[in-house]
Amino acid sequence: MHRSPEMVKVFIYPATSLILSDMVARFGHTPLSSATAIRERIQTAGLESPPLQITPEEPKKGLKWAAVEVPAGVRGRMSLYGPMIEACEAAIIINDADLAFGCMGCARTNELIKFLVHQKDIPRLELNYPKNEEDGVKFVAAIKRFLTGLGGSK
Amino acid sequence: MVESFDITPADLALRGYEISKGAMIKETCFGLVINGKEEEVDRIVAALRKIDPDHIFVKDRGFPPGDARRCRANLGGARPGYNGLEFEMSILPYVSHGLEVLDKKDIKDIPPPEDPLEHPLLDIYKLKKLIDAQES
Repeated sequence: MHRSPEMVKVFIYPATSLILSDMVARFGHTPLSSATAIRERIQTAGLESPPLQITPEEPKKGLKWAAVEVPAGVRGRMSLYGPMIEACEAAIIINDADLAFGCMGCARTNELIKFLVHQKDIPRLELNYPKNEEDGVKFVAAIKRFLTGLGGSK
Repeated sequence: MVESFDITPADLALRGYEISKGAMIKETCFGLVINGKEEEVDRIVAALRKIDPDHIFVKDRGFPPGDARRCRANLGGARPGYNGLEFEMSILPYVSHGLEVLDKKDIKDIPPPEDPLEHPLLDIYKLKKLIDAQES
């Protein structure tokens, strides 16, 4: 997405969420999602580590956010998410996102992502997925209010 | 992603090709994938969104259209990441409804949703409602 200076970088959790990604862009800001981090790697020309271009360097980069005894899977994932958490200026977190559950690497990375976002002193919106139409209205209104409050939105 | 009663991904793909200046547009199982220069993709997305703004949803994607590492045609079965998408597709009607209501209603009149980090005690009226529901 093309970025103008007044747009705020909003980290979304789950980082693959279609709904959050759409809402953030719709209300005039830049979503930081896993697609952006993945695209940087897989669409960069080179055959260093096909097919996904995740190299042994990634777990080393992950050391910035997770200790050396933490499994390489967590550190490798953090090399994708860590820079986004550092770059974000706001965050939206959906707490009952069972879809983000995966292997222990994913589960522990998810816990670490939430922890790091909570540690950061930035505006944060905590939500659950809507379960009916009434919830849907509150959900969208809460996101719109939050994003409009960040300033610079359409 | 298209969850509309009035428009199909095929209609959108045709419209996309009409206005596209070099971007690649592919109709997929659930919507469209548009691949091209950033400004061009943004322009096409903005134009397509206008057709049914409350029912067309857009997200970034890491993999290009038809990429052998992700495309279902090559892998067989649900593609990686589809489970998440499938779950959110079941939520999209509620979000679409929310967007429609927000167009008509003042946002100040809409109460905030429950805070997921709060664990309040069971409200007495909610308890009564539960008891009544059990008895009836």
